[in-house]
Amino acid sequence: MDDTPVLELTDLRVRFDSPDGPVEAVRGVSLHVARGETVAVVGESGSGKSQMMMGAMGLLAANGCADGSARYHGRELVGMPKTALDRIRGRHVTMIFQEPMTSLDPLYRIERQIAEPLMVHGRLSRRAARARALELLELVQIPRAAARMQAYPHELSGGQRQRVMIAMALANDPDLLIADEPTTALDVTIQAEILSLLADLQQRLGMAILFITHDLGIVEAFADRVYVMRAGRMVEEGATAQVFAAPARTYTRMLLDAEPEGRKAPVDASAPVLLAGQNVNVTFGGGVGGFLTPETPELKAVQDVSLTLQRGQTLGIVGESGSGKSTLGRALLRLLPSTGRIQFEGTEISVLDRRAMRPHRKQLQMVFQDPYGSLSPRLTVGEIVTEGLLVHAPEIGAEERDAAAVRALQEVDLDPAVRNRFPHEFSGGQRQRIAIARALVLTPDVIVLDEPTSALDRSVQKQVIALLRDLQTRHGMSYLFISHDLSVVQAISDSVMVMKDGCIVEAGPTAEVFSTPRTDYTRRLMRAAFDLSAVLAERAA
Amino acid sequence: MLRYVLRRLLGAIPTLFLIVTGAFFLIRIAPGGPFDRERTLEPTVMENLNRIFQLDKPLWEQYLHYLGNLARGDFGPSFIYRDFTVAELLAAGLPVSMTLGSLALLTALLLGGLLGCIAALYQNSWIDYAVIATATFGITVPNFVLAPLLALIFGVWLSWLPAGGWNGGTPANMVLPVIALALPQVAVVARLIRGSMIEALRADHVRTARAYGLPTRMVVVTHALRSACLPAVSYLGPAAAALLTGSIVIEQIFGLPGIGRYFVTGALNRDYTLVMGTVVVIAVFVVLFNLIVDILYAALDPRVRYD
Repeated sequence: MDDTPVLELTDLRVRFDSPDGPVEAVRGVSLHVARGETVAVVGESGSGKSQMMMGAMGLLAANGCADGSARYHGRELVGMPKTALDRIRGRHVTMIFQEPMTSLDPLYRIERQIAEPLMVHGRLSRRAARARALELLELVQIPRAAARMQAYPHELSGGQRQRVMIAMALANDPDLLIADEPTTALDVTIQAEILSLLADLQQRLGMAILFITHDLGIVEAFADRVYVMRAGRMVEEGATAQVFAAPARTYTRMLLDAEPEGRKAPVDASAPVLLAGQNVNVTFGGGVGGFLTPETPELKAVQDVSLTLQRGQTLGIVGESGSGKSTLGRALLRLLPSTGRIQFEGTEISVLDRRAMRPHRKQLQMVFQDPYGSLSPRLTVGEIVTEGLLVHAPEIGAEERDAAAVRALQEVDLDPAVRNRFPHEFSGGQRQRIAIARALVLTPDVIVLDEPTSALDRSVQKQVIALLRDLQTRHGMSYLFISHDLSVVQAISDSVMVMKDGCIVEAGPTAEVFSTPRTDYTRRLMRAAFDLSAVLAERAA
Repeated sequence: MLRYVLRRLLGAIPTLFLIVTGAFFLIRIAPGGPFDRERTLEPTVMENLNRIFQLDKPLWEQYLHYLGNLARGDFGPSFIYRDFTVAELLAAGLPVSMTLGSLALLTALLLGGLLGCIAALYQNSWIDYAVIATATFGITVPNFVLAPLLALIFGVWLSWLPAGGWNGGTPANMVLPVIALALPQVAVVARLIRGSMIEALRADHVRTARAYGLPTRMVVVTHALRSACLPAVSYLGPAAAALLTGSIVIEQIFGLPGIGRYFVTGALNRDYTLVMGTVVVIAVFVVLFNLIVDILYAALDPRVRYD
């Protein structure tokens, strides 16, 4: 049997032309993937791990160019004419991507999208391709596959879409499947399902998998060998077990240690209750259809949720996407219409109108998930941070406001000199610090943090969590910490609520819920998040 | 879907009512009347005329009278083109305008779409710059400059095509007016398609298509172009309505018997019923084409639903 690697990159470089001159995204990397092997490339965002594969497969943006060597079974891919490359792409080497929302064409049915590569490469007739597409959908375990063939991508959930992508990838029995962050956009339980599906299919079909990810938990559970990439270069490679047990480089060690750490002690039972919700309900839609207006189905996003938040407490709200956790956070701040009672420091705020609510807003602040979308691109950092003061402290002058911005930026460990710059000049982590400074400047009692670390790299996440914890001890604030990431919630909150389909499934002190979960649902979440290897092993057995 | 169309058509009635009401009173606010421009008439003749056309009644009564007639499909008599009703004038002119307009629309779509795609595929190359420069030129040159130039060059100097006239709708007579009507639209469509095509070519699902080795033709036509069409489709509603209801400039320059000229001549002569007739026709076209666009949009994009 021939033992040339399925894929071998040698000194591969990727360069992008930008208005400020060429940018080197990949600076000479080498790797190899043997037949049937699972190899992971791990690195933080911007390390060039995706562009490396795009470069090898001729999928770079128009301003990008690759040189060096990328060989598939010894055949050079860099510089190969497009028609020749098209006989390899989608036939022998297939890819699945991070964004299951956008990677499928929204305008065509699933059936057609799976059948297309079959017809192009396999020369199957339309009929044969469709029959094979159905087999593939069954292979990736999509429920009611026959009916799903006629669905459009937007009618499927994220997990199902990723299964469709996997079906496309397997269609022509490839030698190599390149998976670029295939589970990053999915919930942990769905992630575990997709990964075990991939592991299972690999065992049966014997292709090699090149897995690109930032998540070390996945690497440990899934890959035979691992490459660590940083700033366009490989810094370390080796067998997974070996690299995880004894990383040779400080960078690898830093990545491995980036798991958020620390635990928060519960607050004293006598601490005053700041925010309380009683039987909070949020319902969307439910419009009765008339002749001119269509009927809209009712969706109960939050059902009968009651909770209390004491001074200094951090209440973590965990749940999968669509569980209603963000909606609950917004309803508690009266940013969404809801029923039920909401009290803040003894005042019933659920009955106040917008105007009467305004003075309380100073005490109730929010930090959002997406640090790119939640800062106005046309205001300077200083203006963003102090905008709230214009409403809540209109009496103070420009100089005092500027001083407040300096103080708030110092609190979040940013250089106050940055306040004259614009948000696009900052990284994700820095932007999230700016968003926190914007909340802090009003000295609030309660901050609702809606997935504040989800868009950040692990190492940055760790820093932001340390900062949040530090600010809490300094100012005695209470946090409502909404997240789907259990390890983050475990590190920052002293009590936790698990939500599913708008209801609370389980609630209690963090240590207790994490060590002895009482419901099946919570147990399933925990296993998928903390014990991926066990889930995969169980599946294989 | 049928319910949706019905709902939209019913919803259009108040819109049309508002337009008719607004137009009715606006034209009456303008000073003068339909018979002022003729040789000074005997006061008795004037009175008679006013009585025949019911212009002596109070304005609100005339308004109700007009609404009543309109509801029965009667646009009333023209004040200036004696012996013709407005309906007869429109029935004679509308086919001409619609023929020219639909040909121009088709040209704009095909040529503009093609140019836009080519420009997007060769983004930032000389081809792209050439298309964009031509398109900008096409948008900036007004049709009252373009039309006489076309007539002069191809009609008078080269004598390839008739410089004007309708001649019962002979194809040769249509070429120049259609080109003059279409060129600005070609430019707009080319720019629109280029912009959305560039975006579509960068979309994740197009990357997927390339990653699966689909031939370029399939990547571009099947996966990129269809989503790139969507913005152009929404532009087409108002554009089609404007093209099909004729253009005063083109009709005057080429001497064509369309309805575009009625709008302006009617307004200048205070031919109240004729103005109202053209307003109603244009409004109906705008409403209708917006509806067609919405249906087309839903047919192209399965994410859009009828509600």
